[in-house]
Amino acid sequence: MSALRFLYAAYIATWAIHSVYLVSVVRRFRRLHQQMKELGKPGK
Amino acid sequence: MKRAFPILSVLTAILLIYGLYQALVVAPTERTMGDVQRIFYYHVPSAWTAFCLFFVNLIASVVYLARKNLKADALAVASAEVGVVFCTIVLVTGPIWARPVWGIWWTWDVRLTTTLVLWLIYVSYLVLRRFSDSAQTPVLAAVLAIFGALDVPLVYFSIWFFRTQHPQPVMGKGGSLDPRMLHAFLVNLLAFSCFGAMVCWARYRLERLRRDVEEAEALESLLGPEGLSSQTSKGRAPLNRGPQ
Repeated sequence: MSALRFLYAAYIATWAIHSVYLVSVVRRFRRLHQQMKELGKPGK
Repeated sequence: MKRAFPILSVLTAILLIYGLYQALVVAPTERTMGDVQRIFYYHVPSAWTAFCLFFVNLIASVVYLARKNLKADALAVASAEVGVVFCTIVLVTGPIWARPVWGIWWTWDVRLTTTLVLWLIYVSYLVLRRFSDSAQTPVLAAVLAIFGALDVPLVYFSIWFFRTQHPQPVMGKGGSLDPRMLHAFLVNLLAFSCFGAMVCWARYRLERLRRDVEEAEALESLLGPEGLSSQTSKGRAPLNRGPQ
């Protein structure tokens, strides 16, 4: 049971780190697209 | 290429789910360590992906130094950042595995220490990129990246050349692995490699967009909003495309 707890902790930590990073990338994309729109240039 | 991104993302997601199924359900339980050994299916592919991304960073840095290619510089930033994310996972999942198996979270073993040093080098690379405004920053960062990459073979070969607490490789060097374990491992290796490549691709596009915004802002401050829109309508190539 204890081993399973460590296993789940490792898998959850992996996906938590990836999720936080992916959310940060998506937020930066949105902010830059918004800035691009405000500057009157089409975003990529 | 842009159209291929969503398709490849879906394929990568399917591969990751299949890898998770292989690691948790199909692969047999290891005799001595039990279920905690399954951390290996995430820990090793994460380390492999981090190494590949740091290698991309090295190549991109060398190309930037040789040709002042701004696309290469953007790729260097992207690969370093995503590499640090994967290296963080290695440094988190390793101690979670070590606690039940070794009875300790951390030891100043050669493999663990060199991995921590590798992580610190690339974090300092990102800090340099983030907080330095000097025109020399990309050059300094590229040189730092080359020194950082020297640590990668040291991390990889440390368990071959030094007496270490870290497990020895189970493949090659006379080791063997149950075919179902090998299959689960290879599926996750492929899945994490594809995932790393996709995230790096997205981060590269983000970096290019960030540079376009910076350039547009600089143009606007020079020419004013009307000047900028006339520049845009003439379809002039953005400055940061540079000598490519």
